[in-house]
Amino acid sequence: MNETALPNYLQEGTSLGSWLLTRDHKRIALLYMFAITFFFVIGGIAATFFRLELVTPKGDLVEAATYNRLFSLHGIVMVWLFLIPSIPAVFGNFLVPLMIGAKDLAFPRLNLLSWYLFMAGGTIIIGSAVLGSVDTGWTFYTPYSSLYSNSHVVAAVTGVFIVGFSSILTGLNFIVTIHKMRAPGMRWGRLPLFIWSQYATSIINVLATPVLAMTLALIALENLTDLGIFNPWKGGDPLLFQHLFWFYSHPAVYIMILPAMGVVSEVITCFARKRVFGYNFIAGSSLAIAFIGFMVWGHHMFVSGQSPYAGLVFSFLSMLVAVPSAIKVFNWTTTLYQGSILLSAPMLYVIGFIGLFTIGGLTGIFVATLAIDVHVHDTYFVVAHFHYIMVGGAVMAYFGALHFWWPKMFGRMYPESWARLAAIMIFVGFNLTFFPQFVLGYQGMPRRYHSYAPEFQVWNVLSSAGASILAVGYLLPFIYMAWSWKYAPRSGPNPWPATGLEWQVPSPPSKDNFSGIPHIEDEVYAYDQLFGKSDEPHSAPS
Amino acid sequence: MEFLKWPQQASAFAADVDHVFIVLLIVSGGAVLLIAGLIVFFCVRYSRKKQPRPVHHTNTKLSLEIGWSVIALAFFLFAFAWGARIYLQMYRTAPDDAYAVYAIGKQWMWKFQHPDGRREINELHVPVNRPVKINLISQDVIHSLYIPAFRLKHDVLPMAYTEMWFEPTLPGSYHLFCAEYCGTSHSEMVGQVIAMRPEDFENWLGNSQGMGSTAQQGAKLVASLGCTSCHKSESTSIAPWFGGIYGKPVELADGTSTVVNDAYIRESILNPQAKVVRNFQPAMPSYQGRITEDEILSITAYIKSLREQKNE
Amino acid sequence: MPMINSLEKATNPTAPLHEHQFVALEQQKAAATAGMWVFLTSEIMFFGAIFSAFLIYGYLYPEVFAHFSQKLHLLLGSLNTGILLTSSWTMVMAVHGAQQQNRRLLLRSLVFTFLLGAVFLGIKGYEWSAEIRSGDFPGSGQVNPRQGEIFLRLYFIMTGFHGLHVLIGLLLITGLWIDTARKTNIPSSQLHFTENLGLYWHFVDIVWIFLFPMLYLMDKPRLPW
Repeated sequence: MNETALPNYLQEGTSLGSWLLTRDHKRIALLYMFAITFFFVIGGIAATFFRLELVTPKGDLVEAATYNRLFSLHGIVMVWLFLIPSIPAVFGNFLVPLMIGAKDLAFPRLNLLSWYLFMAGGTIIIGSAVLGSVDTGWTFYTPYSSLYSNSHVVAAVTGVFIVGFSSILTGLNFIVTIHKMRAPGMRWGRLPLFIWSQYATSIINVLATPVLAMTLALIALENLTDLGIFNPWKGGDPLLFQHLFWFYSHPAVYIMILPAMGVVSEVITCFARKRVFGYNFIAGSSLAIAFIGFMVWGHHMFVSGQSPYAGLVFSFLSMLVAVPSAIKVFNWTTTLYQGSILLSAPMLYVIGFIGLFTIGGLTGIFVATLAIDVHVHDTYFVVAHFHYIMVGGAVMAYFGALHFWWPKMFGRMYPESWARLAAIMIFVGFNLTFFPQFVLGYQGMPRRYHSYAPEFQVWNVLSSAGASILAVGYLLPFIYMAWSWKYAPRSGPNPWPATGLEWQVPSPPSKDNFSGIPHIEDEVYAYDQLFGKSDEPHSAPS
Repeated sequence: MEFLKWPQQASAFAADVDHVFIVLLIVSGGAVLLIAGLIVFFCVRYSRKKQPRPVHHTNTKLSLEIGWSVIALAFFLFAFAWGARIYLQMYRTAPDDAYAVYAIGKQWMWKFQHPDGRREINELHVPVNRPVKINLISQDVIHSLYIPAFRLKHDVLPMAYTEMWFEPTLPGSYHLFCAEYCGTSHSEMVGQVIAMRPEDFENWLGNSQGMGSTAQQGAKLVASLGCTSCHKSESTSIAPWFGGIYGKPVELADGTSTVVNDAYIRESILNPQAKVVRNFQPAMPSYQGRITEDEILSITAYIKSLREQKNE
Repeated sequence: MPMINSLEKATNPTAPLHEHQFVALEQQKAAATAGMWVFLTSEIMFFGAIFSAFLIYGYLYPEVFAHFSQKLHLLLGSLNTGILLTSSWTMVMAVHGAQQQNRRLLLRSLVFTFLLGAVFLGIKGYEWSAEIRSGDFPGSGQVNPRQGEIFLRLYFIMTGFHGLHVLIGLLLITGLWIDTARKTNIPSSQLHFTENLGLYWHFVDIVWIFLFPMLYLMDKPRLPW
């Protein structure tokens, strides 16, 4: 069968309209990629400013009100406009149909609508930032957010509310696609682990996001009408807001990390040239994280005045949710044993992920431990912990995925040594930025402080210095990826080589992905067949 | 090398918390080193140069999966149990003999009130080796009283009393922070906790600024706000008298009963219709917006001071 | 025009009736139905958040909630419950008509469903205006004790969001009616749409079935007048 005769998805039309009205999941993935890259830069600029501010103990670079708006903007943009859509909306969109042997997602028009909702919400958030922004932190705690803040709370929550519908619809699309669109022979036990992780993520998206939508609607109502169900002077309970907020926002952390885990599973098995160890356990642990993750929200409220006995229950459940994460780390490590390992750029990102995620996860045990949390809650220890998960985990994996599937998306390679350098710089810069914050937190520096006690300065300076390395590490891929788009050598369909349906079609794929209906006969990750007898890989089956 | 110093341990809880922390640190550090070491070792030993093709072996092993899950779970549950034990001590009700201080958080300062009526702003003097109980309330948004040297914090809520307690063990001056983001000058809502030897503390109290006790201030307020026009000590009055009721159960109009404590007094001032005492009409207006949290505390202290009175 | 591969040609001698991303019409129908169920699950969580808030506050202030629940217009609420249940039945008839290729039944049933839904909204609107006239609304300054504010706030938010869902349902029914009236037959895509609209309408009905006892029957049983 002659695969190359078909035009690829990038050649299907070059006008702006052909992009803005496309229903092709691969083009929509690229639309998301451009959008979230822009938002990542916005969030990064905000972080740059407050890291500079924090070099000195006094609040001398920006005013307190500005500082509070900077960290709020950083949180809102990075959580809702970058991390939550990052891997699902870009790589999920691009790969889910390709990996399961479908022409597209089940609802292509809905998929495009999701992107427009995302852009509408993002525009409102950025617009409110231009007009003066919001100063409540990304958590919008009442009664500050509803009765005291003089910033653009309503605009910000409206933006997040709309973006939420984008994630619900994307999740719905993935669930239906994975259930109903698998090619013949693509049994559940043959699904790539990336698909399992997207499936678990989509469940959280569909079940948790509507709770946030309702909660934010209540905050907006309370702001607009000055009368709400959280107002303590009207008999309301601000703790109820915290319960509702974290009922979404803790699972949201798993929305960020589960897809990243899926990426790690794909990359590590490819560059070890060995079937991933404990496939069933990695797949099952994704679902376990999704379900147990719904029952741990109260661990954000150990010192909030909720009953200490509720604290006990939430602490216990938080310990349980850590087990599936540990299982994943152990299985990935064991996958490397007796493999044939190539430390390519994607592999460096992914190995960096495992190290940073392990630290992030274990410090999660610290903060889930009640006595320690009473001390470190709302300090830089928590800031460091979740940045190890979100940045050391999710962002590392996003970059790993970007390098791993770049050849598939654009049919071009990238400069390998530059990519490795960037991976190492990001890893080093990240640790230098955030490890000092563990120390700061245990020494008692509260988070969201515009000025701080002088004895915290040394660690803050180290952290800001690390941030500058991190910034350079993030800038490098922008430069060489832009270059590679036009000038790098062509990659061919399967450069690594890897198993999986997406690598058996041309790069870039055609609009309909497959020229016929693929029939799957191989087990998943059949690297022993690919590299069974000789050093040369078999030609990919067509 | 100030920045490398371990944070001071100045309360009875501090050493307990640090013990858990250090044990978790050692075990977690070991786990991170083990995993990182294995990854580095595998990447070197099985690099593609040395080993162009993977060695075939099993892709799953049930005993291994169960083994490491159980080990991880055991460690996590150990952390849970130890942390929970200390937490329940920290967050249990304060000992009866505790020195009782009242704290009011507002944007962006801390106001403290001692039992003898003495007030402090952003500074709190406490004696060492004696439990200190702080009754917390916020006048506006949620704050959180955080004393790193005591390894202790507790959120401060509007419209609801919460309580925290600690036992300082080391004389000295310690940071006091607001840990819950509360608006523009959140980072300025800081102060000092000054722990003193008991005799020094007595001296410090002795230099009282002649504010009169809190209860006396409360008595003045009750008169000036006109409470006593209804709340008279005669049995014929249209509202119950304040004497001999604090800490005792009282029957309500709806047939239930409640205990007269700080929270009930506060609610009765701000929302009088909520729990009306039996045999009385719900005639009292709400004082919400007409009275500050400090004044409520003073009136509460006054009612408390009358607790030994006999009720006819 | 999507590429049609050999297998599709074998099963589908004519041009495919389904959208290009599917391999067969059955798959398209299964996906549409699954999508609707997932969406409704999401909706349950949306209403679940405010229901939880209502139950928590009802637990905190039982007497106040019972008192304000009694002030609601039980007769109109009961009438509305009957109306919405009836509209679910007419919606079932609409779906049945679509399945039987019976255009007249489909059109007629849609009209009845629309009218019942509109009457429901009308009655609800009358109730709201009556409550606002009598000062039983949040912020009127006449609510005593102040926890009553919470009940009323929740009442208006819950019935408001439910009413919004009814309104969206009415718009979809109108769209379907116009579409059906313009065509001579009922194509399969329209049948799927009708079935999913039926699912949605029943869901909105079920939400009311939960709302009604929560809001109107909080306290002890009483007669509707």
